[in-house]
Amino acid sequence: MKTNYDVIIIGSGIVGSLIARYLSRYELSVLVVEKQADVGMCPSSANSAIIHAGYDPKPGSVKAAMNAEGNKIWHTLAPELGIMHKKTGSCVAALGEEELPVLNELLENGKANKIPGLEIISGKDFIKKEPLINPLVSGVLWAPTAMVIDPFGAVLAAAENAVTNGVEYLFETEFTGFIFNDNTITGIHTNKGDFSCRWAINAAGLYSDEVAHKAGIRKGFKIIPRKGGYLVFDAAKFQINNVLFPVPSGLGKGTLVSVTTHGNILIGPDNEPASGKEDTSTTASGMAAIISGAKKLIPTIDERNAIAMYEGIRAKGNGDRDFIIERPDEINAFINICGIESPGFASAPAIALKAVELMKEGGENFKDKKSWNPVRKPFPHFHRMNMEEKAALVKQNPAYGRIVCRCEEVTEGEIIDAIHSPIPARTYDGIKRRTWLGTGRCQGAFDYPRVIQILARELGIDETEVTKKGKGSELAFRRTKWL
Amino acid sequence: MALTYDVIIIGAGPAGLAAAIEAKKTGAQRVLIIERNNEPGGILTQCIHNGFGSVIFKKDLPGPSYAHNFITQAREVEIEMLFDTMVIDITPNRSIYATSKNGFMEFQAGAIVLAMGCRERTRSQIRIPGTRPAGVFTAGMVQRMVNIENLMPGKNFVILGSGDIGMIMARRLTLEGANVIKVVELMPYLTGLRRNYVQCLQDFNIPLELSTTIKTINGNNRVESVETLKVDESLKQIPGTEQIIPCDSVLLSVGLIPENELSKKAGVILDPLTGGPEVDEKMATNIPGIFAAGNAVTIYDLVDYVSEAGFTAGRNAALFASGNTISPADTIKILPGENVRTVVPQAINKQLSGNQVLIELRVTKDFPSPVKIELTDGDNVVLAFREKYARPAEMITLKINPELFMEKTAGISGALKVRAL
Repeated sequence: MKTNYDVIIIGSGIVGSLIARYLSRYELSVLVVEKQADVGMCPSSANSAIIHAGYDPKPGSVKAAMNAEGNKIWHTLAPELGIMHKKTGSCVAALGEEELPVLNELLENGKANKIPGLEIISGKDFIKKEPLINPLVSGVLWAPTAMVIDPFGAVLAAAENAVTNGVEYLFETEFTGFIFNDNTITGIHTNKGDFSCRWAINAAGLYSDEVAHKAGIRKGFKIIPRKGGYLVFDAAKFQINNVLFPVPSGLGKGTLVSVTTHGNILIGPDNEPASGKEDTSTTASGMAAIISGAKKLIPTIDERNAIAMYEGIRAKGNGDRDFIIERPDEINAFINICGIESPGFASAPAIALKAVELMKEGGENFKDKKSWNPVRKPFPHFHRMNMEEKAALVKQNPAYGRIVCRCEEVTEGEIIDAIHSPIPARTYDGIKRRTWLGTGRCQGAFDYPRVIQILARELGIDETEVTKKGKGSELAFRRTKWL
Repeated sequence: MALTYDVIIIGAGPAGLAAAIEAKKTGAQRVLIIERNNEPGGILTQCIHNGFGSVIFKKDLPGPSYAHNFITQAREVEIEMLFDTMVIDITPNRSIYATSKNGFMEFQAGAIVLAMGCRERTRSQIRIPGTRPAGVFTAGMVQRMVNIENLMPGKNFVILGSGDIGMIMARRLTLEGANVIKVVELMPYLTGLRRNYVQCLQDFNIPLELSTTIKTINGNNRVESVETLKVDESLKQIPGTEQIIPCDSVLLSVGLIPENELSKKAGVILDPLTGGPEVDEKMATNIPGIFAAGNAVTIYDLVDYVSEAGFTAGRNAALFASGNTISPADTIKILPGENVRTVVPQAINKQLSGNQVLIELRVTKDFPSPVKIELTDGDNVVLAFREKYARPAEMITLKINPELFMEKTAGISGALKVRAL
């Protein structure tokens, strides 16, 4: 096994994966170490799925600059990497006269952040565009550059493009400490052994505080995990046309009601304390808070139509809660990225480019790779095709004709693609995240047995070894009677 | 090029098979069933327990035997069947698009019978909080794993919901060597059939706790425990009654929902109370030439009645396809009145004739003593029936003689109401 790299990135969330993707254009050997079994398993895949426009961070902050720049980049990066996205814009809806002044404050803040196209629309005009909105709506801040994205799909696309261009990923590989030579980092320790490097990058998200501490810096910085839970609604049950935020409260952007790239409706987040960085359990109080919050915007939401629920963890930092993106003076060969909370996803491409910039300032002499291909073509997505495209796809490969997941119309061909992709899916949940199988009304009740068969066959393992999300989550213990 | 059939049936379960056979017997020449599974029979193939056929065969059959009788008949009358084939779209003018490993196909049908069956309510729909480990399954899915795939998905089970599949699986899993710790039920009454409670739980000493629900599911990779708690008469949780039960699997038997995504695509109007298409006594939907039958229309207790509905739909689909149908249909609505939750059909013809009409209804609450069920037209009682008891879990079938109905209803105005007293 190769143990010597130019650059090692710790963490494969959206920031780590985009750094890997941007570095893949240079003549460098790059390794990403990830302690989970897949990319983007923490905050990067469980969030509001919105590329925020950037009107709310404090002007002059790193957040404000990264969000404005990141949003701009996403508009070209998403199509380049074949990531599902919708250019929806977003709306902050003020209810009653008393909330109206907040819109003006946000508008001024947005102008200071140089966010294009912001305007305030009257409540009367907005009701015509969004008939289900609370009739108390008095005005709306319209931000045309916001968009919705498939967050896991985005991390995966960046990672796949990086791998296609030569980056290596190691999963279930947990960083345990740095190897120093005086004050220069020369490698890392992991549960899978030691790796040496010329540069190490902390993109550990929720664990970025612990990684920074192991580097001997930012001793006072701490991630305080907060939950952010969501409910997903069947698109057939009610439809809205916009991404709707309430006016912000002290705790954050508030409970939003949003469309998704997939056509469902997403409501959330809550803001419950988490018992730890892995605590993604849902709670009755959190779900109740989400529902009552969302009903302020869309009073007719019927919670019985929810088809999925989940909690994400936000990597909230302490202190002034601005993003930390730095090449610390105290140590050499280290890029430190900490406290990437909301609007982290929107900011991620700018953060990644900033990291590359810091390496350049630190003396790295980048040489372009001639073979670099910036474009990632997504695998076929049967459900999104028209009848002619579907017919052509099935003709080309009959596996695309066999539908395994009936609600989301995911075919056997798509499952096989996911299992043999550059970042392979090896579990039920891995396939679910890549194909959206099992995310519909029946939540997998019909597809589980078929997916178990396909995974076993493609991976060459026994059906009793197939897992939901890695070792310890096997879906069957043993065979019943053999006949 | 679209392939042309007189009658196309979506789904080869008990409703679809019955519809196909009856359509053929009624005179339809070319009858096709399109089935997504790789064999006919629908969910019956995984229902290896007995309890099927008391009405139609006057026998107590296991599910696969019941299905086999129909499959044999369907083959005898030369019904065409396509397996491993999924219909992805139906248009109001009866074009059907389907896909399989053999390719993408387009069909044109003289009449269509929707017989897609139902799906199970999931954890998200009842919003059980907690972690998301492996080991949370719906009962029907486990039934498939154990009975068809030869896979045992757990060792120690807690079952939520006293629906029939949950109770049947409690027995099945016990026989297969698992430990079923208990069945908990939110409602203060059993939601499945009494005979299943006796044969599947009592006989195997599996405790049933009513007015109890699961508060949280715990465990990271695999379920490690559930926390149960009691609820009061208004289903409100009673703090202090929490109990942690170590287990590795949670089985959900919390209701079935008619499967109607295709119906919606075709423009079929659904009844919000049943979740299935609104039909008349011919099992005709609002779209001319599109009929529906079985659990896609409403959730039945007995497969025999699913088949009966299939016969009706198949017969009328064949008549429609051949042009021998009374049109336009002049129907009158039947609405659920006092103490009635659902009624199927939702409308009947003002000029009833021909075969006996079945009206299926469910009550909203438990009536342990005898009840009177009335079909009323304003203050006028058109027909009255007596039942020894009425329970939400058990569907009540009213058999209407068309001649008697016509005699009693002279001059119907407004809607009919079914009420239980």
